Amino acid sequence: MANKVIGEMGLPKSIGNIFAARNIITAKDALSLTEFELMELLDVDLAEVMCAVALISEIASPPYQTVQSLLEQRMQNEYLTGHLPTHLKGLDAALSGGIPFGALTELVGPAGIGKSQFCLKISLLATLPSCYGGLDGHVIYIDVESKFSSRRLIEIGLNSFPEIFCLEGMAKEMAGRITVLRPGSLTEFTESLQKIKFSILQQQVKLLVIDSMAALVSGEYEQGPPRQHPLGWHISLVKSLAEFSRIPVVMTNQVRSRSTSEISQYSFQAESRVGVIEDTANFDSHLVAALGIHWAHAVTIRLVLESRSGQRFIKVAKSPMSPPLAFPFEVTSSGILLLNDDGVEMTGPQINAIDHQGHSDIICHRDER
Amino acid sequence: MEVLRLPLSASQKGRLISAGYTSIASLSSISPSQLALELKISETEVLEILKIVSDGSRLESPGSSCTIVHGSQNAWDMLQEEKTLVRITTSCADLDDILGGGISCKEVTEIGGVPGIGKTQLGIQLAVNVQIPSDYGGLGGKAIYIDTEGSFMVERALQIAEACSADMVEYSCLYRKGSQACEVKRQPKDFLENIFYFRVCSYTEQIALVNYLEKFITEHKDVKVVIVDSVTFHFRQDFDDMALRTRLLSGMALKLMKLARKFSVAVVLLNQVTTKYSDGSFHLALALGDSWSHASTNRIILHWNGNERYAYIDKSPSLKSASAPYSVTAKGIRNSASNNKRIKHT
Repeated sequence: MANKVIGEMGLPKSIGNIFAARNIITAKDALSLTEFELMELLDVDLAEVMCAVALISEIASPPYQTVQSLLEQRMQNEYLTGHLPTHLKGLDAALSGGIPFGALTELVGPAGIGKSQFCLKISLLATLPSCYGGLDGHVIYIDVESKFSSRRLIEIGLNSFPEIFCLEGMAKEMAGRITVLRPGSLTEFTESLQKIKFSILQQQVKLLVIDSMAALVSGEYEQGPPRQHPLGWHISLVKSLAEFSRIPVVMTNQVRSRSTSEISQYSFQAESRVGVIEDTANFDSHLVAALGIHWAHAVTIRLVLESRSGQRFIKVAKSPMSPPLAFPFEVTSSGILLLNDDGVEMTGPQINAIDHQGHSDIICHRDER
Repeated sequence: MEVLRLPLSASQKGRLISAGYTSIASLSSISPSQLALELKISETEVLEILKIVSDGSRLESPGSSCTIVHGSQNAWDMLQEEKTLVRITTSCADLDDILGGGISCKEVTEIGGVPGIGKTQLGIQLAVNVQIPSDYGGLGGKAIYIDTEGSFMVERALQIAEACSADMVEYSCLYRKGSQACEVKRQPKDFLENIFYFRVCSYTEQIALVNYLEKFITEHKDVKVVIVDSVTFHFRQDFDDMALRTRLLSGMALKLMKLARKFSVAVVLLNQVTTKYSDGSFHLALALGDSWSHASTNRIILHWNGNERYAYIDKSPSLKSASAPYSVTAKGIRNSASNNKRIKHT
C-alpha cells in the first residue's frame, strides 16, 4: 500500500506531473512530508496540496472490514477458526484451540528446558493430515543453532502417532514436508526471509518455526550507527507474512540474567523503588527474556518455560485470549506432555518471571529419551 | 509581511512582494485586471489569489454573536456542551471514577503500559462499550479499531461482546419493568458488526489512514471512538531520520486532535513503553519521546503494583492525578476482585 505509485492514482494531470517532476513517485514519498513542505516543494497553493494529499491518503489507506465479517470469514475458511492444536489439552483450552494463525507465538525459557522439543512436535503436527488434527501442509523450520534432529522428529512421530507412522512411506512423507534452513548470520537470515515470502504463497506452507531469534542477534557485531532495534525490520516482515498468509509462526527466545539495575518502575512510583532494589538476593535465580521490551511488545502470545524446584512449567504469560495459567510438564519420548490439564492460575507479574531453580536436577536424573 | 503568511505558492508570493504588495490591505482596493497586468499572470490566477486573500481577512473581522474571533467558542458555551457529552464507560467502576465517568469524547486519550498489562483488552472493551444504547446510559455509537501490531483477536472481541450483552440483559431485568424487561435486544454479533477494523502495515499507511479518517467519519456519522493499537509500533523501527519522525508524529497528533474536536469522537491511542534515563537512574516511560508526550490531552499509564493492575492518570487538564485498580477477566475489564470487600472512603 505504501508503495503505490502516485501516477496511477488518478490525480488531475497537472498536479500529477508536478509530483513526478519533483521525484515524488510513491505514496510513501508524498506522505513522509508535511503539507507545508509539499507546498514549498511543489510550488502550488495549500488547497491544492490538501486535495492531492487527501486523494493519495484515501487510496493508500488499507481497506476496512467489520469484525463480524472477519469472524465469519475465519469460521468458513480456516481450520478450527484459525488455530493449530498442540495436542496438549490444557494449553489448547487456554489458547482457545491452539497456536493462532496470523500471530507470533514466542517460547522463552532457559537452555535445555524443552523449547526445541516443542518446536519439533509442533512441526510434526502441522504436517499431519487433517483427520489427525494437523494442517496437512509444509513447514519451514529456520534452525539457527543446529538443534533440529530428524531422528528425534521421527521418534516423536512414532511414539505419538503410531498408527500413522507405521504405515509404509508415511514417515518419509511427513518428514519430507519439513524444510530446514540454517542461516549462519543475520544477513543470511534476511535473505532467506525474502525467499520464504514467495514460497509461502506457492508451496502450501502452513507453519513457520524460527529457532531461535535471539541467537541471530547475539552473534552480530554492531557496525555503523546503532539502529533503533536490530531485528525491527525482521519482526515487521514476519508479522506481515503471518497475517497476510494466515499461518502460525512460532519463535523461540533465549534468556539472560537479570542485572541489578533492571528497571521496572515508572517515575511516579518512586516511593516503592527502595524496596525493589534491596531484593537483590532473588536476582541470581531470576532470568529475563532476551531481546528486550520492544520484542516483548511485538509478539502476540508468549509462553514461558521454566523450572521451579525440579518441576518444569509452561506458563501462558502474554495472551489476549487466556488468563495467566501455568501447567506442569515433562519431556518424554513422544515430545512434551502436560502433567495437569487444569493449570494453576498465577496472579500478578509473576507470570512473566523465569525461574531455573533445580534445573540441573532434571537434566542429570530424568533421562527418559 | 502579511502576504508571506497566506497559503499561496512560493512563486505567487514572490511576485506579489516584488510588485510591492506586502500587506493584505494593499490588495483590497485593486481591480483584478490591473493586478494581472502588474504581476504578469492570467486573470483567473489573480481571482484565485484574491479569493484566498479575502478568506484570510474575513477571519480577522469582527463576527456576529458573542465571538470575538470567527470560529471560536466562549468558555461558558463549552461548559454547557461538556455537561451534555456522555462518556464511554470502561466497565470498571473504579477506573470510571477517576476518569470522571469514563473516556471523554472530543479529547485524545493516550494509554500506555508494559506488554501484557491489558492495553489491547481495554481497547476492545471500549470498542464494545461505545455501542451500549443511550437508554442504558451509553453512546450508541460505532467504533473504529486501527490495528498496527496484529494483536486484535476476533475471538476475544466476541467474548467481550457476549459478556456486555449478558450484562445488559441482567441490567434490564433488574431495573426496568414492563414488557421490555429481559428482552435481548443486542446480540453479540450486532456488537461486532459495528466495529470497523483496519489493519495498518507501515507508517505510511498509518498516516494515510489518519488523513482518510475525516472523510470516513463524515460518511459514517455514528462513529464515536477511534482506537489506535498501537500508535508506536511502526514508528519505532526503520527510522533513521529522527527529526522526520518527530515531524510526522506531530502532524499526526494535530490531525487526531482536530478529528476529535470536529466530530466529537473519543480518540484513544495505545502506546508502548521504553526505558529512559533521568535523575541519575533508568526508569520506564511511554515510547515515542518527549515531543510526543504533548500530543495527547489525557495520559493514563497502566502498571503493576504488587499483584494487581493499576491505572494511573499521568497527565490531564481536568482530572486529578489518581490511581485505580482494575482486573482483566474472561468478560473483559472489570473491577478488581479484592476491591469489592473494601469499604469505600470518600
